[in-house]
Amino acid sequence: MAVSSDLPLLDVADALVRFGEVTALDGVSLRMMPGECIGLVGHNGAGKSTIVSVINGGLTPQRGQISAQGQPLRGYGIALARSLGLRCVFQELSLCPNLTVIENTRLMHRDLGGAGWRVRARKVIAESLDTVFPGHGIDPQATVGTLSIARRQMVEIAMAFSTAGTAPRLVILDEPTSSLDAGLAAHLLAHVRRFVGAGGSVILISHILDEILDTASRIVVMKDGCIVDERPQGGFTHATLVAAMGSTARAAGARRSAAAGAEVLRVDPPRGLPFRAARGEIVGLAGLGGHGQTEMLLDLHERHSPNWWPARTPAVAFVAGDRRLNGTFDLWSILRNLTAATLPDLSRRGVLDRAAEAERGTDWQARIGIRTPDMGLPILSLSGGNQQKVLFARALSGRAPVVLMDDPMRGVDIGTKQEVYATLRAEADRGRTFVWYSTEIDEMTLCDRVYVFRDGAIAAELAGESITEAAILTASFAEAAA
Amino acid sequence: MRLSSETLRLLVPALSLAALLAGVFWLQPRAMSYTGLNLLFNLAVPIALATIAQMIIMAVNDLDLSLGTFVSFVACVAATFLHDTPLLGLLILAASIAVYAGLGVVIHLRNLPSIVVTLGMSFVWAGLAVLILPAPGGTAPTWARAVMTAKPPLFPMAIWASLGVAVLAHLLLMRSSLGVLIRGVGGNQRSVERAGWSVVRARALAYALAACFAVAAGIALVGLTTSADANIALRYALLSIAGVILGGGEFTGGRISPIGAVIGALTLTLAGSFLSFLRISPDWQIGAQGAILIAVLALRLALNRLEKGRAR
Repeated sequence: MAVSSDLPLLDVADALVRFGEVTALDGVSLRMMPGECIGLVGHNGAGKSTIVSVINGGLTPQRGQISAQGQPLRGYGIALARSLGLRCVFQELSLCPNLTVIENTRLMHRDLGGAGWRVRARKVIAESLDTVFPGHGIDPQATVGTLSIARRQMVEIAMAFSTAGTAPRLVILDEPTSSLDAGLAAHLLAHVRRFVGAGGSVILISHILDEILDTASRIVVMKDGCIVDERPQGGFTHATLVAAMGSTARAAGARRSAAAGAEVLRVDPPRGLPFRAARGEIVGLAGLGGHGQTEMLLDLHERHSPNWWPARTPAVAFVAGDRRLNGTFDLWSILRNLTAATLPDLSRRGVLDRAAEAERGTDWQARIGIRTPDMGLPILSLSGGNQQKVLFARALSGRAPVVLMDDPMRGVDIGTKQEVYATLRAEADRGRTFVWYSTEIDEMTLCDRVYVFRDGAIAAELAGESITEAAILTASFAEAAA
Repeated sequence: MRLSSETLRLLVPALSLAALLAGVFWLQPRAMSYTGLNLLFNLAVPIALATIAQMIIMAVNDLDLSLGTFVSFVACVAATFLHDTPLLGLLILAASIAVYAGLGVVIHLRNLPSIVVTLGMSFVWAGLAVLILPAPGGTAPTWARAVMTAKPPLFPMAIWASLGVAVLAHLLLMRSSLGVLIRGVGGNQRSVERAGWSVVRARALAYALAACFAVAAGIALVGLTTSADANIALRYALLSIAGVILGGGEFTGGRISPIGAVIGALTLTLAGSFLSFLRISPDWQIGAQGAILIAVLALRLALNRLEKGRAR
């Protein structure tokens, strides 16, 4: 197909994507022209990853039209996207760790087959690595699993820019510099400019705003599944870009207690600010997803739970965000799910007191508002929000003075959220400590204190009235490569 | 000197085999001959083939519990149909390979645990085997018999056959594009999908390839024993898994080693002979065989830790 320079490489029009109740993309239109680097920014849940999935063909929108070169495409999918020259570097590394660099190259390029493919694949990847990262020092025969994270990312980026059969024309880079040092990141961005200068097109997603401001020829800001602002290079400054990502109007936060209780948790990580939490405090962990918040929660959990024999009084309870993976027991009833963590309290000499268990069930059903006619029904009969309430009740009905929460409100409707917020506040007033990781900024404004994470360390501490969306956004996005 | 992790992985099975072999030769120097080696290793050939079959299934993160009954079924077909009406016999074997490919498709599309599906299939194969050969008997096809009892120069048939199996499996799985695809599915299925491959097809191919090796195992077994029995290879399901792990493979992640797997199968066979030479009473032999297995696997784990420590 001949590539004309005035027709868009790819044009997504009015894309709508819903996951159940959640609208991830609400009528987004994005046009990618040759010779253009689009910087895509937005906070968690803004829809960046969803639009990327739509563009690379991994996700079919419920509504909307995708066209290339001005021609509408039918049956758009991964294979068609690749044949158009679309390449993707994902945030989580997506090479096969058990294969060598050469073998991974073979997998990425379907046209490399036939006798002697090893020689050809080696040439393809070595050339691309030499172009993007001169002096990289990576052995193409090394197994990917034995390479450092930075080198794996370099291989993956070089793979996206390599040519075998179809040349890359539109490359999507999702946080490509997250594990590269400043020197390597500079190499990459220089290559992006060269690639764009030669008529290619790049979509760049990064939490380092200066990379976006310096490299992108057009910056697109997303929020809540919509494109809220779009300006050419030079149209944004660091401050206006952060402001564009935030919302203008917002409800006032909940009341904040002056936390002066005794210190119950303390962690002094090797990098960044120390972590402290006091009795009766709600401490928020904010920042972009995957910057060390979950690791902090797991670290806190590990430090405070015995690793050999269960303690009589647990020190910490954990509320998981990924319900299906590590929250609910799918085959059990609501009641059994609720009491699973506190069975020793409900039993005498190892025998479960059924009456006490049922009583605790009805008690918590009323307290946290689990909407079900019968606690004996299976947990999966509940809506997602109510399942999450059961998990909260499981943690809160125990005696643990500290509750760790790993983004527990994911995919929960607003009404349920409000009810749970009220319960949390009431429990905190009774002296419980909450450590709350959330990808939603609004929830952070309900906390007494917030630690903002960036690159695996605490980058900022906000307290009381200074917890604002703007402050959290500013701290989450670095000024320059760390 | 820094050994690559792949070499290190092959070292454990190779050294355990060498140690066992040295033990056998020391106890019974007469085993150090053409006939002696053949006797020690000839039953290892079908086990090595079955181990490769299991390894291919494990390369796509699945497990085949029906391998033992499937090899028995193939042995029964080989000793009856393949001998009496070769064309019909070949048709039956081809159909059984197609069934395996179908299993791969079903397991992938319905997202079923392979252990459950293959456990169910093991009863199907066992039932078919009993239907074909209700009592032990049958006759091996003359060509299978001829191949397995051939006397090639230098080394006995068992050694040449094991070498051949190892080289063939290595070429197929470690060098060819198909092998890369199969191991890629085990390593990171999503990235294989994102590159535009059909994972269903890859899994079906892996299952079909495994079935080919299992069919070869069944025919080789009948070639050695001259007749078949519906329960002839029941132990193979677990022996093959042990052989793969012994040889440096992993249950998940697509990390496999065909050469290691063949060495693992040889080690398992030799462990039995070694214990007989030690004059350990048969009552204790199975337990002692387990002890050898645990010792070798412990060594593997220790080396894995070493490897992990070095990677950091």
